[in-house]
Amino acid sequence: MTPLLEAVQPRSAEPVPAAASLADPMLPRPFEVRRVQAETYDTYTLELAPADGRPLRFRPGQFNMLYLFGVGEVAISISGDPGRPSPLVHTLRAVGAVTRGLCALKKGDVVGVRGPFGNEWPLDEAAGHDVVLVAGGIGLAPLRPAIYRLLAERKRFGRVVLLSGSRSPQDILFRHELERWRSRFDLEVVVTVDYAAGDWNGLVGVVTTLIPRAGFDPTDTVALACGPEVMMRFATRELERRGVPTERIYLSMERNMKCAVGFCGHCQYGPHFICKDGPIFPYRAIAPIFEIREV
Amino acid sequence: MSLQPLSALLAQTPLFQGLPAEDLELIAGCASNVKFDAGDFLFREGGPADTFYLVRHGNVSIEFFAPGRGPVTIQTRGEGEVIGWSWLFPPYTWSHDARAFELTRALAFNADCLRGKCDKDPRLGYELMKRFGQIVHERLEATRLQLLDLYGGDRDPAPRGRTAAKR
Repeated sequence: MTPLLEAVQPRSAEPVPAAASLADPMLPRPFEVRRVQAETYDTYTLELAPADGRPLRFRPGQFNMLYLFGVGEVAISISGDPGRPSPLVHTLRAVGAVTRGLCALKKGDVVGVRGPFGNEWPLDEAAGHDVVLVAGGIGLAPLRPAIYRLLAERKRFGRVVLLSGSRSPQDILFRHELERWRSRFDLEVVVTVDYAAGDWNGLVGVVTTLIPRAGFDPTDTVALACGPEVMMRFATRELERRGVPTERIYLSMERNMKCAVGFCGHCQYGPHFICKDGPIFPYRAIAPIFEIREV
Repeated sequence: MSLQPLSALLAQTPLFQGLPAEDLELIAGCASNVKFDAGDFLFREGGPADTFYLVRHGNVSIEFFAPGRGPVTIQTRGEGEVIGWSWLFPPYTWSHDARAFELTRALAFNADCLRGKCDKDPRLGYELMKRFGQIVHERLEATRLQLLDLYGGDRDPAPRGRTAAKR
């Protein structure tokens, strides 16, 4: 096998024929839009059904490349329940040409899907420990599959705490689901916003300010964080200050991804490729480059 | 049933954790238990900063009143957190409002009493100043992060005429 073919070979115990390994990861599968749900004024959840009927199984934290035919392709985390892979659920914010086009899709439209790609949140490693999830803005979407798994296997974990920050009350993602989770006795959910209108009767302040008083045992906690990189920098500092060991802090990183199989190098992050080595990294593994600007 | 002395309560709070028992006794001599219903003001901008609070239960919003915009909530503070540090610095007047937005129980500290004890015992005064300095540092850091408008978006998150933390 040539080095190029080796580079795109999926990491699997079962080797895939060389010709197929090059073609499959780059070949989008058609999915039909079943439902488009407006989460906020600029964020939408798409429910997609595979045209060939084969569900796309995934692990919490993985992403797909969504292809809007004739416009382009973007990497979007899967936000659905890994225990119910069909329909395939993605939550995305309309910020560029492709995502605006994807958010404008209607029921019956078809998109291309490549994936799933990347690694997963370390939930097996978190078993037996407290778990704290720190979500900022749309960072809640890639964490949602992990929350589904944590709740489905709730007895395996200690205390589970979700700290979620949004820009304003109007920007809160999955509001009804957060309310439902909040009513459970086995899950602590704390929501805060950076800016609040007069009728908001909740917390105001950045999500990192919730870390010092959240109910978890720092010495026995696995922390999962996803959100803007600046937020994650401050979150790691607060988690460390609270006493969470750096090797138990995991971050979901984001860079511009093109091929998603570690081939093109667009998502290179120091010695790592976000697409194939990540997107989830233990903080300890990236700490030396995490504070460097423009990596 | 025996009541827990205030000094024992203080020892469990992040602000006073680790202080020697004699310091806790001194500080407890300036403290009392207070309760605020939802909507009650702990203090208002321009008023004398003669008390500061340590929240035991509940949540308090730190607000500014902006004409034409109404009360502007900057941050909220909850259990174990300090409300107010203007009592430390002349002219000892509050620079913002603090309002309970739910039933809140707190320890109230008489500023004159505590400043007097700090003047008499500079070691205690320095220790408290270090601890309040840490709080000021953390709040400033959080406010800077808030000003970054981390999550972006095209829409004004707090339209004029309603509460806004940043314009």
